[in-house]
Amino acid sequence: MPKFDEKPRVFLEEFRVKNAPEDYGLDDETWDFKKFVKKFKIVVVRMDNFEMEFDLIGIQPAFANAFRRLMLSEVPSMAIEKVMIKNNTSIIQDEVLAHRLGLIPLKADPRLFEYKSEDTEGTEFNTLEFSLKVKCTNSKSQPKDSYRAEDLYENHSIYSSHMKWHPIGNQATVYKEADVGPVHKDILISKMRPGHEIDLQMIAVKGIGKDHAKFSPVATATYRLLPEVTLTREVCDSEATLLQSCFSPGVIGIDSKNRAYVKDARYDACSRNVYRYDTIKDSAILSRVRDHFIFNVESVGAIPPQIIFVEAVKILRDKCRSFLDELNKFS
Amino acid sequence: MNISELPGDDDSGPTCRTYVFRNESHTLGNSLKCIINKYDDVEFCGYTVPHPAESKMHFRIQARETPALEVLKRGLKDLEMVCDHTINLFDKEVKRFNKV
Repeated sequence: MPKFDEKPRVFLEEFRVKNAPEDYGLDDETWDFKKFVKKFKIVVVRMDNFEMEFDLIGIQPAFANAFRRLMLSEVPSMAIEKVMIKNNTSIIQDEVLAHRLGLIPLKADPRLFEYKSEDTEGTEFNTLEFSLKVKCTNSKSQPKDSYRAEDLYENHSIYSSHMKWHPIGNQATVYKEADVGPVHKDILISKMRPGHEIDLQMIAVKGIGKDHAKFSPVATATYRLLPEVTLTREVCDSEATLLQSCFSPGVIGIDSKNRAYVKDARYDACSRNVYRYDTIKDSAILSRVRDHFIFNVESVGAIPPQIIFVEAVKILRDKCRSFLDELNKFS
Repeated sequence: MNISELPGDDDSGPTCRTYVFRNESHTLGNSLKCIINKYDDVEFCGYTVPHPAESKMHFRIQARETPALEVLKRGLKDLEMVCDHTINLFDKEVKRFNKV
């Protein structure tokens, strides 16, 4: 095995995943916070309002997983919890309709709200009230030759834009409808035909993903290890094109002398396709760097992804603090 | 009462204990175990979730000389420092990314 630099790696061989032979795992050194601080780096690669890609380098897998689990299940968000159905003559059953309404993402920032307990009445600090009142009728203008629902009926599809916000207390002075309504205006809630009517009121509260997945603020938060491809010998001409096709586009490049070289292994899907072809099976070593985590956080729309990550780490820190306080109080 | 001790460790002295965390799971357990395992004095450290339907986590520490309570406190303190450092570093990097 050629000598790599000191990064801990796992090697993706043809029939197994192997640790490096001199590597005794990430657990053989004593815990030293200063060494951790020196080794730990964060690199932000891509960031916009809904999605973010960043790297955590030099950290244990346990911490990366803890952050991921916290982002998924313990960062709070607002979602519709109670639906009071006054009238529902559509063909969607009450409970199915209520379930769908709960899953609609709301733009309200959960940091501005408190948790609401089951028995107390909703106040302006912990609830948002919405209503949905739509009736489907025949369209006034009778089109002669069209059979499309848009031409024949009015309000035949209910979208999330039909939800109206009813501010309680002084919420109207603090928030605008655009800050607390649904994130997307074109979520299809139900379909109706003339004579059907839906009239209901909804209460949205703050909750966490552990309780119900509708409260999860991320569409998903995932991480993967940084892949690495090293070529052991020169690969030319047709073998080079074959090698290029075995990896994701952009990983292997072919230079002016028709030789293959590794351009950028970061976005490789690690399909290990190289082992299918006997001619180039020995030309590449595939590995992953064991302490370089590429996180991809997609927010549902209420909170930007960088805030979600910081909130998740804050939750872990507050857990530690509360346990320390309890231990100090009782010892 | 979110932390309690599991009974039965009186003969082993104050250096061996199993702590029961309520409303916790692998998130805290694995990270804490990862840090405490690397202490010099700790002979054994592990955690388990006894049943997935109950939200409890059992965390066992066996040390040579330090009392297990001290080890646990030190582990929680170190984990808190890691979180603080992560938050600061992340905020710095996001600011730097936004400037570019």
